[in-house]
Amino acid sequence: MEPSIYQSELNLEATELRLGLPGRTNNKRSSPEDRSRSISISISKSSSVDSSGPSNATDHDDDDDDHQNSVQPAKVQVVGWPPVRSFRRNSMQQQKQKKDEHNNNNGDGSAMYVKVSMAGAPYLRKIDLNVYNSYSQLLNALQNLFKCTFGEYSEREGYNGSEYAPTYEDKDGDWMLVGDVPWDMFTCSCKRLRIVKGSEAKGLASL
Amino acid sequence: MECCNKRRMMKESPESNFMNRRGSSCFPDEVLERVIGMLKSRKDRSSVSLVCKEWYNAERWSRRNVFIGNCYSVSPEILTRRFPNIRSVTLKGKPRFSDFNLVPANWGADIHFWLVVFAEKYPFLEELRLKRMTVSDESLKFLARSFPNFKAISLQNCDGFSTDGLAAIAADCKNLTELDIQENVIDDKNDNWLTCFPESFTSLEVLNFSILHNDVNFDALEKLVTRCKSLKTLKLNKSITLEQLQRLLFRAPQLCELGTGSFSQELTTQQYSELESAFSNCKNLNTLSGLWVVTPQYLPVLYPACANLTFLNFSYAPLDSDDIAKLLVHCANIRRLWVVDTIEDKGLEAVGTHCPLLEELRVFPADPFAEGDARGVTDSGFIAVSQGCRNLHYVLYFCRHMTNAAVATVVQNCPDFTHFRLCIMNPGQPDYRTSEPMDEAFGAVVKTCSKLQRLAISGLLTDLTFEYIGKYAKNLETLSVAFAGSSDWGMQCVLEGCPKLRKLEIRDCPFGNAALLSGLEKYESMRSLWMSDCKVTMNGCRLLAKEMPRLNVEVIKEDGSDDSQAERVYVYRSVAGPRRDAPPFVLTL
Repeated sequence: MEPSIYQSELNLEATELRLGLPGRTNNKRSSPEDRSRSISISISKSSSVDSSGPSNATDHDDDDDDHQNSVQPAKVQVVGWPPVRSFRRNSMQQQKQKKDEHNNNNGDGSAMYVKVSMAGAPYLRKIDLNVYNSYSQLLNALQNLFKCTFGEYSEREGYNGSEYAPTYEDKDGDWMLVGDVPWDMFTCSCKRLRIVKGSEAKGLASL
Repeated sequence: MECCNKRRMMKESPESNFMNRRGSSCFPDEVLERVIGMLKSRKDRSSVSLVCKEWYNAERWSRRNVFIGNCYSVSPEILTRRFPNIRSVTLKGKPRFSDFNLVPANWGADIHFWLVVFAEKYPFLEELRLKRMTVSDESLKFLARSFPNFKAISLQNCDGFSTDGLAAIAADCKNLTELDIQENVIDDKNDNWLTCFPESFTSLEVLNFSILHNDVNFDALEKLVTRCKSLKTLKLNKSITLEQLQRLLFRAPQLCELGTGSFSQELTTQQYSELESAFSNCKNLNTLSGLWVVTPQYLPVLYPACANLTFLNFSYAPLDSDDIAKLLVHCANIRRLWVVDTIEDKGLEAVGTHCPLLEELRVFPADPFAEGDARGVTDSGFIAVSQGCRNLHYVLYFCRHMTNAAVATVVQNCPDFTHFRLCIMNPGQPDYRTSEPMDEAFGAVVKTCSKLQRLAISGLLTDLTFEYIGKYAKNLETLSVAFAGSSDWGMQCVLEGCPKLRKLEIRDCPFGNAALLSGLEKYESMRSLWMSDCKVTMNGCRLLAKEMPRLNVEVIKEDGSDDSQAERVYVYRSVAGPRRDAPPFVLTL
């Protein structure tokens, strides 16, 4: 995409601070993890107009995940922009918070469906994590659904002595053994489930 | 002319008065006053007052309402001297950008001194409507004591008072018909101000306390609503539950405007059907708002009341596209619709489909600071509305990106826009399909919409936008600009090209002294100019002040800023001279 005429005149891009690889344009959307970040506008005294789009400074590709947690350049929210009155902004913010709380408490009856796959099974299934309140309930359901057994869970050995073991993909994209973290944390971070052969699981457990 | 100043003496000898008059009118003063008194429009009255001295006097004696767009443009003394018989005053104070925290606290626009003068000169004052003024509890108490005929008070975007002030109004204004508190910064002390309305008080017609966040005394409210049979407008705050709403509606089925409380409560089937029938009994409802905290499952109770609705303000209710679509099916008569962008483009398609009579649309952002995959409305929703709603003439649209082509299509479908306010929330955002500036979008707007009065522009914009505005927007009165333009030339185009320009507010643009000074001749014909974070310097402002002594040129100074720069400049015409109440951070040049 061509940079705008104005941008090339002032050549702001050349002097701009950004994360991630060079050569990114305005149009790359930042990843969902960036949602909570504020709009970053580089405001300088010499030029009161900033033409660099906000996404430039938050741009990074998936390889730079570790940048997410490192120190960011100071993000400045432009005063009074977008032009929404404080009363309205606060009101919407409160509503959003209430909604988020509600969803986290699973109290509003909404479902949290995740895919479940099993090696060798012809098709995937979907289950609603909200229906369960503990690991034992979930594992029983999975065992019934796929006609398999997981055996006993132990922190040290995982699901030792069983043909199959339950694993899940978390928010960071890593595959984890089901059962290590507290139940609530699990339901928040679980994106999908996969039932693996015992031998594969042994690999996980022995890490 | 001598006859005008001896107005009272005329009564004694009407014939001689009639004979003596030469020129303009053949009517006795009383008749002239009567006739001119029937003029309602401010502009007409203003024109009439310029004809000759007789008409000027007839107009000033017969004037009952006065509107002052900038409280510092005139003093209460000058006002009361010219218009001796005022019953209703509307005053606006702070510059509009104070809504967005660009004006420091304690800037001014205090109503108190006005009230002191009014107490003496307008003891029969009945109405006071204030916007962006500072109003203290002291002032409200003074008001309640000083005007025995006081009927209506409306406070929008004001600050400085608490529910104590409301209590004073409730207690002492025996003839009150209207108490309208909108979007103010108010100290809500949760102290039963509603109980201050006396038992004998029954005249209330308008009650709006929707922005208070604490509980109100429901018992007192219910009794008040029951005994005020003329109540037409009732806007509740979020503390009022659905069950309480049902009880109030039962008491006041005559309501025309309703602002609900929270629309979220566990209702039994019985309660649900009672609520539904309460709404169907409200045959006169034309305006619906509120819905703080909505449980969408309960929206159907509104359906029976929707057929006659002309104004639907759901701007605090983040509904999704399905909810709004199901509701709008019933709202064929809607003229004005305010919504949150959670309805997304699909919701806007529903608007286009079901609301062909729509004239005004405002779409507010649920999450103005969200990034990345944040949803909302886009160009396609905008087009969808314009296709279905050909009568659209007012739009306020918050979106994350837009295209020139879409805006051109919208104004082609709806060429009668009078108010076009597009806010692309990312500053300097180009057309997201072509990466070009958004100049052509606004070019299309001003070329096509010849009736355009108000314009707010955004996105990546060069001087070309301003050239278009200056060339085509001949009826433009208000222009809001942010993060736009390339050089002084842009602002010059507007100042030279828009003959009817009254309000110009600019922030974060590369306009400097040359631009500021190009409007020397222009500013006296305008209400005000605001420029913040542009390139204007103190010297430029001083020069302007020197050349134009009838303008007030004010600079708001921040601590620790560069002394030569003028970060925030407010220029306005005034017959009252420089402010006498300016705080230390406001420099009058």
